[in-house]
Amino acid sequence: MSLNRILTIVLRQFYLIRGSFSRVFPLFAWIGVDMILWGFLTRYLNSVASSGFNFVPALLGAVLLWDFFGRIMQGVTIAFFEDVWSRNFLNIFATPLLISEYVSGLVLTSVLTSLFGLLIMFVLATTLFNLSFFAYGFMILPFLLVLFLFGISLGIFGSALVLRLGPASEWFIWPIPAIISPFVGVLYPISTLPDWMQSISRILPPTYVFEGLRAIITGKSVPLISLVLATVFSFIYIFLAYLLFVKIYHSALKSGLIARYSAESVS
Amino acid sequence: MPILSVSGLKKVYDDIVAVDGISFEVASHEIVGLLGPNGAGKTTTIDMILGVLKPDAGTISIGGLDIFSHRSEAVSRTNFSAVYTPLPGNLTVVQNLRIFGRLYSVNNLSEKIEELLARFDLAKLRNKKCGVLSSGEQTRVSLAKSMLNSPNLLLLDEPTASLDPATARDVRLKIREFAKECKGGVLWTSHNMYEVEDVCNRVLFLSHGKILLEGNPKTLPVEYGKKTLEELFIAVAREPLSLEEN
Repeated sequence: MSLNRILTIVLRQFYLIRGSFSRVFPLFAWIGVDMILWGFLTRYLNSVASSGFNFVPALLGAVLLWDFFGRIMQGVTIAFFEDVWSRNFLNIFATPLLISEYVSGLVLTSVLTSLFGLLIMFVLATTLFNLSFFAYGFMILPFLLVLFLFGISLGIFGSALVLRLGPASEWFIWPIPAIISPFVGVLYPISTLPDWMQSISRILPPTYVFEGLRAIITGKSVPLISLVLATVFSFIYIFLAYLLFVKIYHSALKSGLIARYSAESVS
Repeated sequence: MPILSVSGLKKVYDDIVAVDGISFEVASHEIVGLLGPNGAGKTTTIDMILGVLKPDAGTISIGGLDIFSHRSEAVSRTNFSAVYTPLPGNLTVVQNLRIFGRLYSVNNLSEKIEELLARFDLAKLRNKKCGVLSSGEQTRVSLAKSMLNSPNLLLLDEPTASLDPATARDVRLKIREFAKECKGGVLWTSHNMYEVEDVCNRVLFLSHGKILLEGNPKTLPVEYGKKTLEELFIAVAREPLSLEEN
């Protein structure tokens, strides 16, 4: 693997983002919108609830962590879509670039763009709604790591699907976080869910993050095994998503899809 | 050793044979024209040589390296320009050249970019996004990209199709210079037979995925009883069987 070629994939995204307000804006826009919506909602709930329960870290914190997850996933897929939209596959895959370098470049791009989003999130949450992520203690670090890893795996999976099904299939990718969110218990404990949904929840790493988050808020400890399990699951999903991407890439080399990639050629 | 060696290359899409067991070579300093009517298999052949399309049978080696078992190293010795594959329109000329130069690990990249901007008359367009350039300007950027890594093998798919006659002549001159001065060989497809006769040392006529004729573009028409290369091309396109019998 060549670090130079991996960084070149990142550089291409940097050129695109630097020269385009419409690419910079989404890095923080949705985080800002969600923060205002959920921030005021939690403030209102705090004022009317008689229990004295603090909704800010429970709801606003959870929503912001979920936004972080979404940004990670989209960081990978949008970097990939830039090559789809500019019909760049033939140019880029005719170079010495290896598929592992290409995927690594997409992931590194996502790391950098989502760290920027995370920074904005921290600043706004702290200054506007007095939410300190340090309220979760050092557990915030493994929580972010698990969401980060799972976001990467879904980003690679989404890119593989679009590579296989064509540009028009990007609409399958955008709703993935929304489809997953009821199962992972972003806003409620998964014990609320019926058994069949809980079975799915247990194999989704973010479930352990949001269950852990609620445990901390209610003064309980987070079982170490659940975080280890979530991390192991995330690495397995990354591995499987990468294998799928490579398999689809090789199938596209055989079918001619890489050389003739367009909505028409794959529909 | 030839720069490019293709042996028994075959590609089948469903039940359509696009390329049917062709073999040929391109030597250093040689410009070889790959000719044939639409659908003859020219672009499929080029895609396989670029490593973006896997053949069903046959081998391709560039400078002695197999394109599929030593992909990265073999591909680093090639480059291409195709009229149907412009560079990303959302990056500027310089940004595109920098990105592709880095992907090909070009040494002294900044100097190389400046040299190519001057050679292809692109200096004034350096900070323009490629998407707003005319088709002729985009072709020149694509040609500049194709020479970034001073490739051993340059693949050109209708490189002058969108150029005005004066610019097309300049481009032909530059490609001839490339073949003469560098150690590289060129595989060139074009539908302009006057251009092919002017530039190519040797031509391969493809029809239905097979190499039907091969030879010097200046003498080949006479050998087959035709006055010009264009007449020969039309005969290949319309009556390939009659030429096969010869």
